[in-house]
Amino acid sequence: MNNKQRPAVRHDEIKADLRKVDRRLFLRSGLSLGALSLLTGCDLSTNDSVDNALRAMLRFDDRVQAALFNPNRLAKTYPASAITRPFRFNAFYPEWQVRTVEASQWRLEVASLVDHKRAWSLVDLRALPQEEQITRHVCVEGWSQIGQWSGVPLHIFLRRVGADLKAKYVAFRCFDGYWSSIDMPSALHPQTILTLDFEQKPLEPPWGAPLRLRIPTKLGFKNPKYIASMAVTNDYPGGYWEDKGYDWFSGL
Amino acid sequence: MERTPEMQAKPRLAHAFIVRVMHWIGAFAIFCMILSGWQIYNAAPILPFLFPQWMTLGGWLAGGIAWHLSAMWLLVADGVAYLIYGIVSGHFRRDFLPIGRRAVGHDLAQALRLRLEHRLGHYNAVQRLLYVGVIVVIILTVLTGASIWKPVQLYWLTDLFGGYDFARRVHFVLMSLIVSFLLVHLSLVALFPRTLVSMLFGLSRDSNAGVSQ
Repeated sequence: MNNKQRPAVRHDEIKADLRKVDRRLFLRSGLSLGALSLLTGCDLSTNDSVDNALRAMLRFDDRVQAALFNPNRLAKTYPASAITRPFRFNAFYPEWQVRTVEASQWRLEVASLVDHKRAWSLVDLRALPQEEQITRHVCVEGWSQIGQWSGVPLHIFLRRVGADLKAKYVAFRCFDGYWSSIDMPSALHPQTILTLDFEQKPLEPPWGAPLRLRIPTKLGFKNPKYIASMAVTNDYPGGYWEDKGYDWFSGL
Repeated sequence: MERTPEMQAKPRLAHAFIVRVMHWIGAFAIFCMILSGWQIYNAAPILPFLFPQWMTLGGWLAGGIAWHLSAMWLLVADGVAYLIYGIVSGHFRRDFLPIGRRAVGHDLAQALRLRLEHRLGHYNAVQRLLYVGVIVVIILTVLTGASIWKPVQLYWLTDLFGGYDFARRVHFVLMSLIVSFLLVHLSLVALFPRTLVSMLFGLSRDSNAGVSQ
């Protein structure tokens, strides 16, 4: 027997496991009977091409959305009477798992392409100009609710920290394990705010205390809560849901 | 180019080759749009029911959205090509018009008694109404879809359809109309299988035609 030539692990032995590992997008495993009936002649193992085609289309959609984005177009604002009550909690875990931090201990770290890399306390952020909005939060699932947020416009903050405004992305990391990122034009939109208050009171834990992003020109999952750090970068940062297969731009 | 006698004698196809190609591309795109749309609906149903998982496309919400945002380009490209062709070639004017109210009433009564003739290449008044109707409904479905995809950038479109939440419901109702059309359309194809052969491979028009021309 030519044992030497036989690899320690044959590809087809671990093929199933490799697939599981590789399935961040789950689009292929998501092929249902309806799709299979379309793909006559295709078995599941050849559907990587479908997966790749869908990913390519999502990248195309992102480019279309970026082109469609008008930096001066404001999301519609509503009167206080339109605010949705009770406001719905939403995260990738149930509400009882919400993490909290001591407000006086919390700091916002700012990294990468910025001139002033320092940590910001809540007191520091409250000293900056504040902006309030009552806008519609639209979830990728389709439901929506109107809320009232206020805080520091991100474009003011980015200029204050000397961010490279020609960089492609602003990325956020959260202390609950979530992360997301947005394009620079959307980051500079006047309604994109580092939110400190919800309904005119400091954010409470379910709504992302002590700091969240509010960006009414994007879907809800692009509004990270529980922010711990942000970075200005040219390296695509992805995001928790984006890496699972939702389109990255997700503009409204 | 002058038409020679031979060309005139050659029987015209019920469906031009280009129409058949556009029909099947459109059919595939609509099929993907409906099934992936049901997947998206299931994430936040507006009525007290869900579509069975096996009837949906995409496996989960992100997959459904990926299919929906992909097939929509195919549908729009195919639809725009078809509309341009239909207007420029005279296909709409020749085959879909006029749609008289009296003719619709007469043909509908005949159809319900299963007495209506189904001749290849000639649309009776009920068919004309349904085909023009479904084309309009598909256009409105695409527009309501765009209005809930881009309620900020295309706010005027969203406002036109009554705001984000209402537009979602309009989009759903329009989908239901397309599905209703498909049920009728596919039932009639089952009753007249020759129409399927004709749309696939191209059969010539039935004779004793031209009454309406």
